[in-house]
Amino acid sequence: MLILTRKLNESVIIDDKIEITVISIDEGKVRLGISAPKEIAVHRKEVYLDIQAENKKAAESSMNIDVLQKLLKKK
Amino acid sequence: MILNTRHFGKIEIDPEQILTFEEGLLGFESIRRYVLIPNPDKEVPFHWLQAVDDPDLAFVVTIPFLFKEDYEFDIPDKVIKQLEIEKQEDVVVYSIAVVPEDIRKMTINLQGPLIINGKNKKGKQIVLDDNTYSLKYRIFQETAQAEQE
Repeated sequence: MLILTRKLNESVIIDDKIEITVISIDEGKVRLGISAPKEIAVHRKEVYLDIQAENKKAAESSMNIDVLQKLLKKK
Repeated sequence: MILNTRHFGKIEIDPEQILTFEEGLLGFESIRRYVLIPNPDKEVPFHWLQAVDDPDLAFVVTIPFLFKEDYEFDIPDKVIKQLEIEKQEDVVVYSIAVVPEDIRKMTINLQGPLIINGKNKKGKQIVLDDNTYSLKYRIFQETAQAEQE
């Protein structure tokens, strides 16, 4: 992993086309501005991890949905 | 083609109906081929997404718009390209459900919808990053409240 030190308003450029700028620094919080071409997907990592965890839970779901069928039909 | 499944036993599937998720689903990256098993009861909008290459792996899925009428999001251009989507009508959206023991606490994941191009059967789970939609959307909220009243 490459580690760089940046100050406020400084940025890094990745592969000539992605620019990440430090917009503000405040008590343990850093705001980043990311300019990247549209085809580059940028996500907060925890959202990814959350969805992974949720998929795993879903895979362990009870497959017996008889009860569910009844519940829906009651509606 | 005969498919072995843990939950449904041996089932006959049409190989042309196999859905390909090139990147798998999040957390299940190595499993790329699925089939949709429709609910035999037409009144029940929950179906199964069964992995072709893993008999143990199946998800309960549903059409999210049935439970969240104003659900909307943009499919990124990159995904439109990747799935070779030509027309909006070809797109099918599913949400994966988590079915707990107490079924009334069932939730569907609106933050990571499955996008499927019905034409070429290519699919992808996309991530909606803006926190507008819940990862655990309770679908029986209203029912549960009504019962309490």
